[in-house]
Amino acid sequence: MTTMAMPRQTFTLAWRSLVQIKHNPAELLDLSIQPIMFVVLFTYVFGGAISGSTGDYLTFALPGIVVQNALFASITTGVGLNTDLTKGVFDRLRSLPIARSAPLAGRILADTVKQAWSIALILGLGIVLGFRVDNGVAGVLGAFALLLVFSLAASWIAVLVGLLASDPEKVQIFAFVVIFPLTFTSNAFVPTDTMPGWLQAWVDVNPVTILADATRGLLTGATSASLIGQSLLWAAAIAAVFAPIAIRTFRQKV
Amino acid sequence: MTDTHAILAEGLVKRFGGANARDGVDLAVRRGSVLGLLGPNGAGKTTVVRILATLLRPDAGRATIGGHDVVAEAHEARRLIGLTGQYASVDESLTGTENLILIGRLLGLPRAEARQRAAELLAEFRLSDGASKPAKAYSGGMRRRLDLAASLVGRPQVLYLDEPTTGLDPRSRNEMWDIVRGLVGDGVTVLLTTQYLEEADLLADEIVVIDHGRVIATGRPEELKGRVGGQMLAVRPMLVSDLPIVESVVARVSGATPEVCDGLVTVPASDSALLPAVVRHLDDAEVQIGELALRGASLDEVFLSLTGHPTEQQEVSV
Ligand SMILES: Nc1ncnc2c1ncn2[C@@H]1O[C@H](COP(=O)(O)OP(=O)(O)OP(=O)(O)O)[C@@H](O)[C@H]1O
Ligand SMILES: [Mg+2]
Repeated sequence: MTTMAMPRQTFTLAWRSLVQIKHNPAELLDLSIQPIMFVVLFTYVFGGAISGSTGDYLTFALPGIVVQNALFASITTGVGLNTDLTKGVFDRLRSLPIARSAPLAGRILADTVKQAWSIALILGLGIVLGFRVDNGVAGVLGAFALLLVFSLAASWIAVLVGLLASDPEKVQIFAFVVIFPLTFTSNAFVPTDTMPGWLQAWVDVNPVTILADATRGLLTGATSASLIGQSLLWAAAIAAVFAPIAIRTFRQKV
Repeated sequence: MTDTHAILAEGLVKRFGGANARDGVDLAVRRGSVLGLLGPNGAGKTTVVRILATLLRPDAGRATIGGHDVVAEAHEARRLIGLTGQYASVDESLTGTENLILIGRLLGLPRAEARQRAAELLAEFRLSDGASKPAKAYSGGMRRRLDLAASLVGRPQVLYLDEPTTGLDPRSRNEMWDIVRGLVGDGVTVLLTTQYLEEADLLADEIVVIDHGRVIATGRPEELKGRVGGQMLAVRPMLVSDLPIVESVVARVSGATPEVCDGLVTVPASDSALLPAVVRHLDDAEVQIGELALRGASLDEVFLSLTGHPTEQQEVSV
């Protein structure tokens, strides 16, 4: 195998994941509908109660919604992987003379593209509804980069779950059971000081809070190198723990 | 051996759970020939195919494809093989064309060539109508054909077909058989698993019968059928009143004593000339035939006679 073969195979397999959207535009809607609903509903339903005005709330909550959505979207890697395993597509790929890592790498690449799309969508919609980016293009690009790095790390958890689950629905259930509580017990949607003390203790150390605050800093107000550093540290820790386990499971399984 | 044999396997054993190790499976498939791997549910057919397709590591024994070890030289072995698994493994959300282009591109074909190869195969497998439809809209038969087409994109030298006709209607089954014959004509070595003796009989140069993860019989189809006791000729006259004539004609022509049961006359058919001879004589006697069949020994009968036990499901090692 030439050294160029693996990247080429990865791109081909990423193409395969993305071209599906062409036949199933609903998938694009799927990718977009939850973020749109969250932005619109949270802003207009909770905005007044939580921040006194929808505009203020949007400024506070939009970065949180982006973070929550990015974490949910990272699960798609696990769902797709599991679908390939259970439908036999993986067997077909494995019987071909291609790089062992290409199927996984291709999927992760495609999911990163989808991830970038939904981040852009939420930000765009937020801006239409009145969200103001203070830190210009650099801030937006920084937020993109941070969110992509973090969700890439989180997708190792998704890969592991996708390899272990017996069907794609189980992967979805995992996402709801773990990611919903994790993101709601953070300051993604509601400021920490409105919560009871025992909860605040957890919320303050919840990596989702750290990531949401880091994203806020990048988009609006003061950019905090410390929060960005902590977020990256969390991403590195998640990847360091889950990537080896996921890769080992992958090797055993496929 | 590797010059003349495309597939060689020695003592393949795969244990699932705590099942006991068995003698293991030995196979030798000559280049350009068809091996029929026959066995009941759970015999280990799929497991053997998956080992030979580099998808599963054997716990013991070894196998080579075109001289390449399926474990140590898996990548080289993969260049030679095509696999059509027991269950279709196409990407359901891609169209037929896209599924085939995907494989072609992964095999290193340039874009235009991959597209051309896809169109060629779709036409060959009567899938041109579904070329731009997602595979999830395909019927079961179409899906199987697409799956087979996908395994042929790289023009494999060795093709595995795991129960290629299970669940197909008679017409699709015949088509599948023609396709296999065509591939063999092009020099492809085929390993085909089936539960139907008839199918193995029609296509295979050599049959290996496995049960509980071990080989219980090997031979050319005729040899095997001879050992099983061959076929039965069954004749049912239109009119019950003709039964005695039929019985006497069949007895005379076959030289054996027929059995009569529920208006059906059966006799062992050791000779392929028996059927036309019986038809001719009954015609001469102006007997109207209601039903006439050469009934092959069923797989159950094969098993009964080869193993002394009827087919049963049991935990198995291959
Ligand atoms: N992944 C697995 N885990 C545990 N047991 C397995 C696994 N795969 C196969 N087996 C067992 O190994 C035995 C052989 O299975 P295999 O699928 O090879 O049989 P088969 O001859 O292909 O059967 P069928 O005609 O039903 O397709 C069976 O008893 C089956 O339960
Ligand atoms: Mg099987």
